[in-house]
Amino acid sequence: MTIDTKSYGDVITDCHEREDSNFILVSLRLRMPAPIRLRELIRTIRTARTQAEEREMIQKECAAIRSSFREEDNTYRCRNVAKLLYMHMLGYPAHFGQLECLKLIASQKFTDKRIGYLGAMLLLDERQDVHLLMTNCIKNDLNHSTQYVQGLALCTLGCMGSSEMCRDLAGEVEKLLKTSNSYLRKKAALCAVHVIRKVPELMEMFLPATKNLLSEKNHGVLHTSVVLLTEMCERSPDMLSHFRKLVPQLVRILKNLIMSGYSPEHDVSGISDPFLQVRILRLLRILGRSDDDSSEAMNDILAQVATNTETSKNVGNAILYETVLTIMDIKSESGLRVLAINILGRFLLNNDKNIRYVALTSLLKTVQTDHNAVQRHRSTIVDCLKDLDVSIKRRAMELSFALVNGNNIRGMMKELLYFLDSCDPEFKADCASGVFLAAEKYAPSKRWHIDTIMRVLTTAGSYVRDDSVPNLIQLITNSVEMHAYTVQRLYKALLDDISQQPLVQVSSWCIGEYGDLLVSGQCEEEEPIQVTEDEVLDVLEGLLVSNMSSPVTRGYSLTAIMKLSTRFSGVNRIKKVVSIYGSSIDVELQQRAVEYNALFKKYDHMRPALLERMPIMEKAASNGPTEVAQTNGEAEPSALDSKSLPSVTQPTSQANDLLDLLGGNDVVPVIQTAPPTKLLEESCWTCWGIFLCQVGQFLLLSHPCPSPSPPSCWTALAHSPSLMTSLQLFHR
Amino acid sequence: MIKAILIFNNHGKPRLIRFYQYFAEDMQQQIIRETFHLVSKRDDNVCNFLEGGSLIGGSDYKLIYRHYATLYFVFCVDSSESELGILDLIQVFVETLDKCFENVCELDLIFHMDKVHYILQEVVMGGMVLETNMNEIVAQVELQTRMEKSEGGLSAAPARAVSAVKNMNLPEIPRNINIGDINIKVPNLSPF
Repeated sequence: MTIDTKSYGDVITDCHEREDSNFILVSLRLRMPAPIRLRELIRTIRTARTQAEEREMIQKECAAIRSSFREEDNTYRCRNVAKLLYMHMLGYPAHFGQLECLKLIASQKFTDKRIGYLGAMLLLDERQDVHLLMTNCIKNDLNHSTQYVQGLALCTLGCMGSSEMCRDLAGEVEKLLKTSNSYLRKKAALCAVHVIRKVPELMEMFLPATKNLLSEKNHGVLHTSVVLLTEMCERSPDMLSHFRKLVPQLVRILKNLIMSGYSPEHDVSGISDPFLQVRILRLLRILGRSDDDSSEAMNDILAQVATNTETSKNVGNAILYETVLTIMDIKSESGLRVLAINILGRFLLNNDKNIRYVALTSLLKTVQTDHNAVQRHRSTIVDCLKDLDVSIKRRAMELSFALVNGNNIRGMMKELLYFLDSCDPEFKADCASGVFLAAEKYAPSKRWHIDTIMRVLTTAGSYVRDDSVPNLIQLITNSVEMHAYTVQRLYKALLDDISQQPLVQVSSWCIGEYGDLLVSGQCEEEEPIQVTEDEVLDVLEGLLVSNMSSPVTRGYSLTAIMKLSTRFSGVNRIKKVVSIYGSSIDVELQQRAVEYNALFKKYDHMRPALLERMPIMEKAASNGPTEVAQTNGEAEPSALDSKSLPSVTQPTSQANDLLDLLGGNDVVPVIQTAPPTKLLEESCWTCWGIFLCQVGQFLLLSHPCPSPSPPSCWTALAHSPSLMTSLQLFHR
Repeated sequence: MIKAILIFNNHGKPRLIRFYQYFAEDMQQQIIRETFHLVSKRDDNVCNFLEGGSLIGGSDYKLIYRHYATLYFVFCVDSSESELGILDLIQVFVETLDKCFENVCELDLIFHMDKVHYILQEVVMGGMVLETNMNEIVAQVELQTRMEKSEGGLSAAPARAVSAVKNMNLPEIPRNINIGDINIKVPNLSPF
């Protein structure tokens, strides 16, 4: 039709010019050219070659639409709103069309209402005040003579109705829930779900209408009714107990679906209405969850579904999957549970990736309750670690960690470490943490434990979480007999690679602590290596200057070097290093170096005691020392472990005496059990700072120089970064 | 609950977007971009489930997608929906589109965005599955389309008036023709 391309105005002018005797009086309400059709707009936009061109076209069209809206033109409003929605989908602002949608909804034409309601659902939501204006329209439309208009109203209310709207219109929805029109009934059911979600108090209102919902023949209504019942049961325990009596009816419906022959109406790949079956199974799960009687009533049908369903297509598997989840969740008999886990095991071997994924997910849910049954499929699960699919790998990893126990730790760990080597970076952090946790719980021997940790640090060292470093150090400290072996291995690892910070930090700490064992070659577990003091210091100094070391790592290595001053014979080199770093740009490093320098110069007599070996740390689940420190006069017995090590009680009695002088008998010494995580970097310096502030004077008076076996508080202090603060007090 | 339904092509251009939860406009576009980014990276022989991106929700949400020719159909759902069931639902939706459009292709979705929305409205309502019977859905959509057509549809107004002018057989028409807002007074009856 050629006239399409011309504007309406042009056509009328043509008519004018045609005949002189005829005249055509046209009362035109349209002063501008007619707005282009949606199709035209889409075609035009598609010809745009660049984003800028497209933006230009859209801006032009938006301007035209805006003027058209201003003209209050009823004829073209629906077309304009349709175009606006298209542009909104592409990402351009369309808020100026919100009010127009409301006008369309109020129109009498079905076309207008349809696009108006769609626009309302896409552009409006309860955050805009405008939406309340819709309430009256929706109310009228809910009682419209045409079912499709009623359907539109229900749809809109069910999608974006706010709580106020829901409160106003709940009565109408409830009425429609009882209608015999199945088209409306199913929509009303879902609308009711939305109302209940928005205004939970209204749930009771819908109760009477649910009475005969399940006796419907129409599957659409059945489906949405089951959704409504599920929602009500999930929200209210009263409703749950009330609806338990529906179990026989649900079982019957399910039975009919399975047993009835081929029904062309509901058939999907040979199974009768699988969606409804899945929904019913889910509702049965909720109803049978903690109820013996209901579970009993379901056992037969569940067994039937589990054994009779065709598994060649996805639909069959969807039903089976849901059945398995239901069996695992209710109080089913053990035979049924074994059947369920075996089905899952079969799923694991399926070629279809989706099925495998779904099986792994459900095994993860059941591994807590049916651990042994899942263990049987361990080898298949471990094989899934090698799958190419990222989602499957993640699930398999989580499941593998859940399956680790004392018996299979060695084998599982081998697989998991292999996985750690080859997996994507996004997995490494989680895998490393998982390995540490599992190793801690089930390690068969200390040596194995240390080896495993070493393996993780060397292969995935940079992905290890920051808080594992202190945990590892504590672990190493506590394995007294393995010190030599550990430090040797860590030293060797450092020689190879200094880029992985957690590894470097743990290694430098260990070398600082056990450097004497390293140099003396005392390792029993493996062949001791020959290394001189200078070589060790070379390595540590290398860490200090390397670009790859983080500031934290540098702090660790400087402290390690300092500690070696009491363990190694040649101190001059260490003195030199420490004095160099006294003018480092890094403030932390500078502070440490200055303090250590002071240690060399003025407090050399205290140095051996301060830099003594760390005691075994109790892994107390206590709060940080700062808590206790702040309440220096009050005891926090819960924060401290009562089993104090005998080796430290003796020296600390001196500290206790001092505290008694302060007048606090009930101050429990904080020294012996500091939580490991705080001990190393922050140490108890805060508490000691405060402690010493108050006690410093007394110490100076009563003990001009520390006794030969000082309280181990000093060792703690030795590892603190700001020794200076405390030492300064003595200097006063 | 279904949180969002997105259809976009192999280059990430949106063909249909429907959110069942409120997101600001720019957030919506960001979600589309992120989802496209996640989904386009996937190989063809991996599973159809993805843990959702960070924008669209926390750990409870999954992306379930299917790739048909040049289009990705992505449903973002939470744990209350069966994953395998949603896969089947996507299949039902696409087959319905096929029935309604007769061998549906991307162009159909591009030029009839509103119709696709109407079809979707019969399948999913408020984030929940409404109807899964293909024939039922197609029948209802057909009836509503017919209602629209009888009123003239979206593009009706000028087309009818113009065709009336073009096809006017003046000897036969009455004195006053009232078509909507347009009054055409014809005093003389002679061929046009």
